[in-house]
Amino acid sequence: MAVATGSSTAPNEQLRRAWEAPTRILGILGTVDHKVIGIRYIVTAFVFFLLAGISALLIRLQLAVPNNTLLSPEAYNQLFTMHGVSMIFLFSTPILFGFGNYLVPLMIGARDQAFPRLNALSYWVFLFSGLFMYSSLLFGAAPDGGWFAYVPLTSVKYSPGLNLDFWALGLLFLSISSTAGAINFIVTIFKMRAPGMSVNRMPLFIWGILISAFSVLFAIPALSAANILLELERKFGIPFFDPARGGNPLLWQHLFWFFGHPDVYIILLPAIGMISEILPAFTRRRVVGYTLLVLSTISIGIIAFGVWVHHMFATGLSPTANSFFSAASIVIGIPSGLQIFAWLATMITGRPILKTAFLFVVGFVITFVLGGLTGVMFPATAFDRQVTDSYFVVAHFHYTLVGGAVFPLFAGFYYWLPKITGRLLSERLGKWHFWLFFIGFHLTFFPQHLLGLMAMPRRVYTYEAATGWQTINLISTLGAFVLTAGVLAFIINVYQSLQSGSLAGENPWGAGGLEWATDSPPPSYNFQRLPLVRRREPLWPAVGGAPTSTYAVETLTPDPTNILERESLVTTLLDASPDARMRIPNDTMLPLFLAFSLLILFIGLLITQWAVVAIGAILVFISIVVWVWPAKENVHDNE
Amino acid sequence: MTGLLLFAIGKRHGAAPGIPDNQLLITQPEKRRTLAAIVVAGGIVPAIVLSILMGVGIFMESTMSASANDSALVEVIGHEWWWEVQYPKYGFATANEIHIPVGQSVTVKLTSADVIHSFWVPQLQGKLDMFPGQTNTLHLQADQPGTYQGVCAEYCGLQHGKMKFLVIADTPDAFTAWVTNQQRVPEKPHDPLLLEGEQVFLGSTCVYCHVIQGTNASGKLGPDLTHLASRNTLGAGILENNRGNLAGWIVNAQALKPGNHMPPMDVGAKELQALIAYLESLK
Repeated sequence: MAVATGSSTAPNEQLRRAWEAPTRILGILGTVDHKVIGIRYIVTAFVFFLLAGISALLIRLQLAVPNNTLLSPEAYNQLFTMHGVSMIFLFSTPILFGFGNYLVPLMIGARDQAFPRLNALSYWVFLFSGLFMYSSLLFGAAPDGGWFAYVPLTSVKYSPGLNLDFWALGLLFLSISSTAGAINFIVTIFKMRAPGMSVNRMPLFIWGILISAFSVLFAIPALSAANILLELERKFGIPFFDPARGGNPLLWQHLFWFFGHPDVYIILLPAIGMISEILPAFTRRRVVGYTLLVLSTISIGIIAFGVWVHHMFATGLSPTANSFFSAASIVIGIPSGLQIFAWLATMITGRPILKTAFLFVVGFVITFVLGGLTGVMFPATAFDRQVTDSYFVVAHFHYTLVGGAVFPLFAGFYYWLPKITGRLLSERLGKWHFWLFFIGFHLTFFPQHLLGLMAMPRRVYTYEAATGWQTINLISTLGAFVLTAGVLAFIINVYQSLQSGSLAGENPWGAGGLEWATDSPPPSYNFQRLPLVRRREPLWPAVGGAPTSTYAVETLTPDPTNILERESLVTTLLDASPDARMRIPNDTMLPLFLAFSLLILFIGLLITQWAVVAIGAILVFISIVVWVWPAKENVHDNE
Repeated sequence: MTGLLLFAIGKRHGAAPGIPDNQLLITQPEKRRTLAAIVVAGGIVPAIVLSILMGVGIFMESTMSASANDSALVEVIGHEWWWEVQYPKYGFATANEIHIPVGQSVTVKLTSADVIHSFWVPQLQGKLDMFPGQTNTLHLQADQPGTYQGVCAEYCGLQHGKMKFLVIADTPDAFTAWVTNQQRVPEKPHDPLLLEGEQVFLGSTCVYCHVIQGTNASGKLGPDLTHLASRNTLGAGILENNRGNLAGWIVNAQALKPGNHMPPMDVGAKELQALIAYLESLK
């Protein structure tokens, strides 16, 4: 073992040969590089963000004036459904998993994910399921049941078109991607960490991704079960939800929210993990209360599974049941509060540097705290029943989700994009972006609290002038356009940065994480020499104070892996001591082929053509057989 | 909290100006005192405040919840996209308009004939969902006589946005008078115009969906029209109940509330006049 600077001065030819795709087409369609897949996730999810944003603008235009006829009720209902579905399922989770994909191996000092081919499959399935759902627009049959698609409205009797089949089958399809992605993250984080990165030295973003991935594994089956039951009822008339034939519509709500509430934290935990990563770089100190933050993350992940009934307080459940879930919903506020104060303490005892990324962190804290304040009001069932399903709820969850996920994401973009592209974003445009987005957001959503208190129900396609809601609605619509201007400033900023941004270098922020110990953008093999971790911030000196210009990381010398092949090091779960060498698979078209076969299968199910389903199923079977066909030994014991 | 945030940001300018931005301040573990402050401010204080909030919440919940055994004055059944209103004790039905005696706590039973709706009179009570195959119970009390707006608060499909109703709180005398009137079965009209209107009604598809007591019209799919003219609104609270709106609604309700379940009616001008006169006589 020797100390070396993190920079890889001369590209290592042997590593490059082992990790580069042999042909161009295989490089594009068959790559298993977590960084390429991560970028694809981020770009695809961002496109869905823009599409969902456009639907939101149309919704706001329709509501800008009373009795507006810009949109028909059909169009309005499809737009608000697609807005919610896209933001929740096709934007928030995938973009965070995209950042996770790109960053997790870099942050833990690995050369790829544990299952790179599965990783490629996750991406292709995500892309195809998104296209599957959006293709409904071509047939004028976009889902129109709201993002939680309550039965019996979504049963075939009241929604006879294919709209809801696009929704249910699309989500079922997508769940393959989320589940595979979650398993990949868990195994990668458990087994691929650099030697010395014991669990108490894991970066907080890694903790966020880990707990989020576990939540996915427990929550997604409930959603998939709900969707399977719904499709069985819709396609075969098996009455799971029809009360006239012994079913129960409440069953849907329990299954959906058992997924739906944890899903909020599936989105939130990686996002707030980002905050804990970004904050130290811009306050020039370690994050305060690492252990508290980890424990909060874990307890939020667990308690999140005990609060789902607070979405159902108006359904007439017993007061005892309501009280239990009220209590759990209140308890979950406490770990969140601890986190907020840990970040504040980091800011107060540190020396904040007001870069754009830090501004978004501040925007996150303000917005998220306001969302939390309205959040702890809901467990009071009496209050809940007054404001639930009104614009107050709309305001609340935009404060928590935009505040809790989109602000951290933008902070993450400003922080990590220089690593990904090798070029810095403009601070000047970044400040425009922040202020337009921040002001636009609050201008859009703060007035919606008032609309809710003035009893405007959500999901109404128009309203009358006599209600007195028009001025506030108009303000909200104007806010939406200011917010959009902020997003446009961001897009211009990224474009300009790609064209002519100044070079970032390895570590533009003087940060302490392992992802900064390699080139920007990192080479295909991530690290020329595998890092060795002795501290939570491996690039920072053990004792602070002295100005440091070089951020060095210890590396493993000689490299324990065979650098002539794609290999990464496997370490033990708790202490991360070296355990084995793992062969990373080569680039292959199999994931794309399997995802495409699944697409055929799901199209067959959608149009109920069993021949198509059979073709899809056979193709799926063939690709899985080829996939798991024993190749040469994958893991060598480390001598 | 905002204060702390501003303090943290403001502090930067007080920092030593000579130190370069990338200099690390502290990488040592934080002080115990800082951690204790976080636990107290972020954990213990909120825990106490929230516990109190929870207690208040449970108390309010217990005062608000209604027993399912209470005998109900009103039963409301949600339909896509209107409200069926039954007064079982008095044996009549109406639609989209609920009269209650002022100052009394009235028990309302809620259910649905099709999808989930939610019953919400914002000025009087929190919302409660209406499920097919399940009955929920709500107490409604108005302390001032007057008209209160009600809406559907659970997304229920195409015309969720135009599914409204009125709650009218009457003085005891006015309420009794209203009940007596609603219980009355309309007499056979004598006026030839009204008689012709009745014939138009009974001879058309109207009867498959609507009830008029004392006639053969007994369809249950749409609102009971026995005392249509006594109601304030048409189309589930979206139009004032006047001659023009009534004519428009009969001829083409789809233009006024697209997608609702009332088909356009093909009637001649003369017949329409008679039909409207007849319906307007149903006070």
